[in-house]
Amino acid sequence: MNSSKKKEGMMKPENGEKKISRRSFIKGLSIAAAAGSAGLVTGGCGSLGNTEEMGLKWEEYFKKNYRLMSQKEKDETVARLVRLAKMKDDRDIQMSNAEPRENVLYGYAFNISRCKGYMDCVEACVQENNLDRKSKTQYIRLFEMDSGQLDPTSGDGKYHHEVPVADKFYMGVQCYHCENAPCIKACPTKATWREPDGIVVVDYDWCIGCRYCLAACPYWGRRFNWGTPEVPEEEINRKQHYLGNRMRMKGVMEKCTFCVQRTRQGKLPACAEACPTGSRVFGNLLDPDSEIRFVLKNKKVFRFKEELGTDPKFWYFMD
Amino acid sequence: MSVRRDAKEKTMTTNPNQGRSFISDCMRWSLSGGIGFKIYIIALLAVMAVGAFSYTRQFQEGLIITGMSDIVSWGLYISNFTFFVGVAAAAVMLILPAYMLKDKDLHEVVIIGECVAVGALVMCLMFITVDMGGPLKVWHMIPGIGLFNWPSSILTWDMLVLNGYLALNSLVPLYILYCNYHNREPVGWKYKPFVFLSIFWAVSIHMTTAFLYQGLPARPFWNNPLLGPRFLASAFAAGPAVIMVVLIAIKQNTKYSVDEQIFLKLKRIIVVSAVINLLMLFSEVFKEFYTFTHHSLSAQYLFFGLEGHNSLVPWIWTAISLNIIGTLLFAFDPTKGNPRYLMVAAISLFTGIWIEKGFGLIIPGFVPSPMGEVVDYAPTSNEILITLGVLATGALVVTMLIKPALAVLLKYKEAKAKILK
Repeated sequence: MNSSKKKEGMMKPENGEKKISRRSFIKGLSIAAAAGSAGLVTGGCGSLGNTEEMGLKWEEYFKKNYRLMSQKEKDETVARLVRLAKMKDDRDIQMSNAEPRENVLYGYAFNISRCKGYMDCVEACVQENNLDRKSKTQYIRLFEMDSGQLDPTSGDGKYHHEVPVADKFYMGVQCYHCENAPCIKACPTKATWREPDGIVVVDYDWCIGCRYCLAACPYWGRRFNWGTPEVPEEEINRKQHYLGNRMRMKGVMEKCTFCVQRTRQGKLPACAEACPTGSRVFGNLLDPDSEIRFVLKNKKVFRFKEELGTDPKFWYFMD
Repeated sequence: MSVRRDAKEKTMTTNPNQGRSFISDCMRWSLSGGIGFKIYIIALLAVMAVGAFSYTRQFQEGLIITGMSDIVSWGLYISNFTFFVGVAAAAVMLILPAYMLKDKDLHEVVIIGECVAVGALVMCLMFITVDMGGPLKVWHMIPGIGLFNWPSSILTWDMLVLNGYLALNSLVPLYILYCNYHNREPVGWKYKPFVFLSIFWAVSIHMTTAFLYQGLPARPFWNNPLLGPRFLASAFAAGPAVIMVVLIAIKQNTKYSVDEQIFLKLKRIIVVSAVINLLMLFSEVFKEFYTFTHHSLSAQYLFFGLEGHNSLVPWIWTAISLNIIGTLLFAFDPTKGNPRYLMVAAISLFTGIWIEKGFGLIIPGFVPSPMGEVVDYAPTSNEILITLGVLATGALVVTMLIKPALAVLLKYKEAKAKILK
């Protein structure tokens, strides 16, 4: 057959149906399925409910990177995820996609002379962020340090005894939300980025699980979901954020987000709120009257591995 | 339709059916063979099937069924990936002398080197795929549909150079074989530019893979300017050693004659590269241990063990011993090119480099962790079975490519000899 004729034939409008790309075809199909069954599902029809679930999953699979979505698309994906949580696990969640606040750049400071190593911060973080209980994932680690040392790698990160202990001090370690983050540079799909308020986030649905960011992080600030994370149903925090504590799936990276679901509502991160000694200071670096600015100005402050030039938004200080 | 062709048909022809018969002939040549060959193929298919089954388990349960952890987050898969990138790049050690220095002997076997490179690249891409947490999301990496973090991420560079090299190394030999199949001499300007491109490209695939590690300030063991050059030196020793084993197998099992000169030339290439590789190894070891710093802890873990964790120690000393033995066997060959002797030398050299460039490079990069943890890594049986499956696939690809390539070359040689008579 003559190839030019073939091409012409393909372009004829009556063949328009064939011209629809596979992706848009599937999308159209799934939307139709979802729309068709939505009304019946509420009436309690199980099999059609599965069709809707399939449709929603298809749409989720083919969606864009969060950063490229319009506000409408962001709202749609959040609505889909809320709906899917209801359908799959009969779980009522509230999912926010709150944008960064104007004129806010978050900063964190940790008082090494006050912390007594109680670990309330770690516990609060696990609860707040729906961290996997099976593999005991933790974003925060506390290192018990001997005097004369200021590098947590020389401390004991696995201490298991009553605190405080005389002649020891404690150093908390977590994601430092670097301005010049090696993890962001490494990611091949731009699944991780720094938001305008300084929070380094991961689009869990976009991450392909290559773990290059984990290798690139000099602070061990990232965690991988080797299996499907498990959280007891009654312990699940239902107030979630798309870029924060929503339920993760297997095979993706996750990390501390300065509790984006809380901080964008004007609250403190769970760790800072839970700390019984007031060692954790969190606030807006752009606000000259904030506590964090006071600390940076008046205390003896240092950063961990400063020589790497990552410019973390996390400082240590002493009284 | 008969696919047999006689001498009359050797003139240029535009019969479109010939393309089809080229494919069917090649497929026939790939699959035909004696009983030994059939057992070999069935064995490979069996290992592949077991690997595929193991992979379905990993696909369902996640990478949790591997021995990897948040501390050692790359393991056997990426180790093998790293080594085979080197094997793929090593084809250049045949291409460069054959095309640039116009070496006639190496020209005879350059296609075999390229087939080995294609097999190695297929393995590399498979190793990356099985290492992914979300293999179904791989379309996120395709520019246009997905989001490609280029030029920032070295992983995107690696993806580009590996696929580009795969294309170059498949298309050039395909064109040459297609011409030879029709008893034609390939037209120089149609493929030689790509040959020269592939020479630079070969260096780039291995340098880029080295930069993947070398560029990370978080990992002092990798963040070492010698990493890239040493990758090349070890690859140019190990790769030709693999090719030599393949050539010996061809010489002993097929009608295709491999000239003695080829082995001697390959031997020279291997000796030079292996000696440079050892020198660089010495330089690295000197740097780590003469002035011992915190950054030397990974080397300490690798060579001597750290805080009672010493799972890599026997591996690395075996690797270095095999490396030195292989180099010495090649350098002082008393048999002057006896294939059996060379087989032993080649296997010991590439096994040594395989352990060293794989386990010995990737794992200690993660230990101790940036927070000082020392953790041992051991692959699980599932992980090993998947790896064996990928290796078997590579071997199958190489076999399936080399068999028709040799058949075409042999026929072309015979036809040429007839004309000369």
